[in-house]
Amino acid sequence: MQTKLGYAAVLAVLAASAMAFAGPSGGGVSGKVTYEGTPAKQKPIDMSKEPSCAQQHPTPITTETVVVGPANTLQNVVVYVSAGAPDEASTPAQAVTITQKGCQYLPHVVPMVVNQELKVVNADQTSHNIHPLAKVNREWNKSQPPGTPPFSEKFDKPEFIAVKCNVHPWMHGTFAVLKTSHYAVTGETGGFTLPNLPPGKYTVTAWHESYGEQTQDVTIAGSETKTLNFVFKAKLY
Amino acid sequence: MGKIFAVTIIVIAIASAIPVVMHTWEAPADVSTHGHLIDEQMSETMLEAGVSFLAAQIILAIFIWQFSNRGAEAKIKTFPGGAMGLVIAALVLVGAEVLALGVFGVKAWADVYLTAPSANAMPVQVQAGQFAFYFRYPGPDGKFGALHPELINEATQNLFGLDPEHDPDSRDDIVTAEMAVPVNKEIHLLMHAKDVGHSFFVRELRVQQDFVPGLDVSLHFTATKVGRYEIVCTQLCGLGHYNMKAYLDVLSEQDFNDWLKKEAAMQ
Amino acid sequence: MPDISAPAAQHQAPTSFIRKHVFSLDHKVIGKQYYALALLAALSGMVLSWLMRIHLGWTNARIPGLQWLSKNGAPGDVMTPEFYLQLMTMHGTIMVFFVLTTAPFAAFGNYFLPIQVGAEDMPFPRFNMMSFWVTFMAFLVLMLSFFLGDGPTLGGWTQYAPLNAVGAVAGPGQGLGVVLWATSIGLFCIGQLLGSLNFISTTLDLRVKGMSLMRLPLSAWAWFITSCMGLTAFAVLMPACILVILDHLAGTSFFVASGLVLNDQLVPHSGGSTLLWQHLFWFFGHPEVYIAIVPGIGIVSHVLMANMRKPMLSQRVIIYCMGALAVLSYMVYGHHMFVSGMNPISALAFSFPTLVITIPATITVLIWVFSLYGSRLRINSASLFALGFISMFVSGGVSGFFLAQPSIDIMLHATYFVVGHFHMVMGVAAMFGIFAGTYFWFPKMTGRMMNETLGKVHFWLSFVGTYCIFMPFHYLGMAGNVRRYSSFPEDYLQPLIPVHRLITIAALLTGAAQLIFVYNLVHSRFRGQSAPDNPWEATSLEWSTATPPPFDNFGGKHPVVYHDPYQYGVESSVGDYVMQASPEQVKSGQEEK
Repeated sequence: MQTKLGYAAVLAVLAASAMAFAGPSGGGVSGKVTYEGTPAKQKPIDMSKEPSCAQQHPTPITTETVVVGPANTLQNVVVYVSAGAPDEASTPAQAVTITQKGCQYLPHVVPMVVNQELKVVNADQTSHNIHPLAKVNREWNKSQPPGTPPFSEKFDKPEFIAVKCNVHPWMHGTFAVLKTSHYAVTGETGGFTLPNLPPGKYTVTAWHESYGEQTQDVTIAGSETKTLNFVFKAKLY
Repeated sequence: MGKIFAVTIIVIAIASAIPVVMHTWEAPADVSTHGHLIDEQMSETMLEAGVSFLAAQIILAIFIWQFSNRGAEAKIKTFPGGAMGLVIAALVLVGAEVLALGVFGVKAWADVYLTAPSANAMPVQVQAGQFAFYFRYPGPDGKFGALHPELINEATQNLFGLDPEHDPDSRDDIVTAEMAVPVNKEIHLLMHAKDVGHSFFVRELRVQQDFVPGLDVSLHFTATKVGRYEIVCTQLCGLGHYNMKAYLDVLSEQDFNDWLKKEAAMQ
Repeated sequence: MPDISAPAAQHQAPTSFIRKHVFSLDHKVIGKQYYALALLAALSGMVLSWLMRIHLGWTNARIPGLQWLSKNGAPGDVMTPEFYLQLMTMHGTIMVFFVLTTAPFAAFGNYFLPIQVGAEDMPFPRFNMMSFWVTFMAFLVLMLSFFLGDGPTLGGWTQYAPLNAVGAVAGPGQGLGVVLWATSIGLFCIGQLLGSLNFISTTLDLRVKGMSLMRLPLSAWAWFITSCMGLTAFAVLMPACILVILDHLAGTSFFVASGLVLNDQLVPHSGGSTLLWQHLFWFFGHPEVYIAIVPGIGIVSHVLMANMRKPMLSQRVIIYCMGALAVLSYMVYGHHMFVSGMNPISALAFSFPTLVITIPATITVLIWVFSLYGSRLRINSASLFALGFISMFVSGGVSGFFLAQPSIDIMLHATYFVVGHFHMVMGVAAMFGIFAGTYFWFPKMTGRMMNETLGKVHFWLSFVGTYCIFMPFHYLGMAGNVRRYSSFPEDYLQPLIPVHRLITIAALLTGAAQLIFVYNLVHSRFRGQSAPDNPWEATSLEWSTATPPPFDNFGGKHPVVYHDPYQYGVESSVGDYVMQASPEQVKSGQEEK
């Protein structure tokens, strides 16, 4: 009896240390997000009512509801581990930043972990009033006269929050408040990588502001990197 | 001190009149067909108001100068004509003045508000919403597509709530953030508010009109001079009220057509 | 003439501190309480205006300490646009309601109307006491909005719909802030209705023997006419406030039409009318501004006659003019709505009475000015402010010529021209009326004289200072400077910003000068030279009683009135005047005109 317990204990320790070893250099998921069909045209934004911003864009920027790359890749897709993530309930110490510059939100999509500090910067010569249209989290808006220091906020529940500027109707973005820091946002290549995932079962979700969500399950064994692709249906209107 | 007060009143009265007489701060030149009536009304009123203002202040000052601190022995006098004379003077002078201003002012008002736009006025729609003006031109089909407020989406710049998927009339509508009009062409401005009260004010055009949520309001005007003018919101609409403006470009017919084509390509 | 041996059992002389100074039924104490409230409100409103003016001149400047006044309104001590609008809304609301309706009417009227008619008190002392405490509560509710939620409402004192009714989605302060505003103003209306009730019944029913209506002093007539306006005007504002509260709390849509979109979402209201609010508000709002000025007209006339040592060319005509202003004030309200989208023919219908209302105003000014002719004008603080009132009333009044015409209003509506107009007539002239009344009646109320030198310094700085502030507003307006802008980014406004800076400096200096008045008030109250019963050798009943008047005003005796109130410039046993309550007959035919 005692010997069996002793074996069990040694096995447990070995397994734990194996997992600990596997942690930092575990497996992961990577892939591409693309679309099929014809996406709606992105419209140029006329900022003439705010000359100090209009001057910064000799070629007007366009709306960013669907941003595509070559070979039908889809940008600004938040890909993240929606179930099984090993780090749920831990909050990163460093802050994420959103900058209001040229009357645009940079970046367009800001992912962050629940309760992680969000810094809001106004780099323009005009007043902005950032308004996250939260439905689950507390809804707030805050004016930032030019030249005033950045302010910090945080969100305590996971939610995809549309963000607008109360003063400049064309400014739009998203806060992706997630339970995990295992996330990525696709760029021009449409690619994403979610590294450092220990062996196990995971659910990965891809979220796009116009085309909705898609989910896939994946199991990682050892330190393999599984490939996961998402294809969204584009809509003309 | 009475005499010093009297002099002060006169100095202030004259100092107040100087910027008016010197036209230091005044409305910019009129670029509309109807504005001259308003400007004439303004000049007449300024003359009458100015004369009344100066006369009242100066007479007040003179009497203060003459009759202050005269001493207990000075004789009390009554102005000849008494109250009745003044009542009659007021009724006649002021009455005539207000009648004149009122009656002559009717035409200036009626030209803007009590006349219908002519049949070939060019329709332009303007929507006011916190905190920008957006404009819509009907496009080659000459028809405005229907508005669906529930479809308004600022992120995709579907600012008027159009439904191009199901509504063919809206597919060629041209939505812009600046307003352009051809010079010397009558414009029929169709106004509606998206959310709260706003107002449309262009000083050079001599037009100001509130947007009334729930009502479709319209205005008509003709711009007579090419130029770039500012449209500003004059009805308190929220925190961004101070920053709610759009540019109005009055262009030659050729330039206007070019502009419209360029905007159409960006829809 | 009813003989008033009014049952003193209505209220015995109070004994406890609370009954004497806090919950008092005595109209004089109530008058002083209103005055103190108005003073507190005026100082608060003035500080708000300083903050506004600094921001307008130097938009992104840091105002040290500002962030402590508001949770989100001043990050890094820099005022946000919404905080500017919130301060502006509170400034207007405080000044119009809690200063200009309270001081000339509720404060002086409560104190002096019963005395001027010869009564012991008002007929409903408990309603009177309630009227003050309800008004005070209204003030507290209003100020509370600074500290709750996201601050006060930002919609201006005019609170136009639907901004006032759609809720917090329209901006900071538009949820709870509006509800608090509407509650405060609703309470204020109740207070004023209770007060008007007392004023009207005092004037009609409590006059002593010999005090016919035509023998009432002009200040009494002014308070009487004002209270008639108050009864009808506040009775319309109060339900309007209730309707707006219902739109917030009960899901109604009195003022919100359908199909409105905020934050890309349909507002859940339909069927309401935007213009309904404006009609209700201005039906109240226009008489309200006459409520603010008519007591001043009465007080200034009253003070001037004592200081001219002669009556006006006709008191009766002034009374008729005040009455005409009151009646016409209901017919003109649409001049606030010329470009509002109401029927343009209505604009013409409102324009004519607005032009016509110039006539009684002009007659009044002419009578004042031409009564100065041949007078023995005494120059003191009270008379200086009374004369300053005339100058300001003229200045503010002539800009009305422009605004009365719809075609000109196209260019001047919602510009600084309007702001200049109403500040001159309300912000200055009405204030000067309050000052004139204060310097004149302070000796009777406290038994001490105010310091004359400080009074004159206060006058000079205020007279020159307010012209420097508000005359330029008209020029800004003519150049098209839009009002209610928290800053001026537009291209055409850039050249006007230096003008704003000069105005701000004038405003700060003139504001500082008001502190001289406050100091004078407080210092004289305790250390002022002792005042005789009738320091101005004036004639109305308040001067024939002790200083300050005893609890029942006339020490158990009821005065009998033998003369009209302005027997000045006659030969009598006491000098060049005969008091109303003096039986002495006078030979020189100065009797009733």
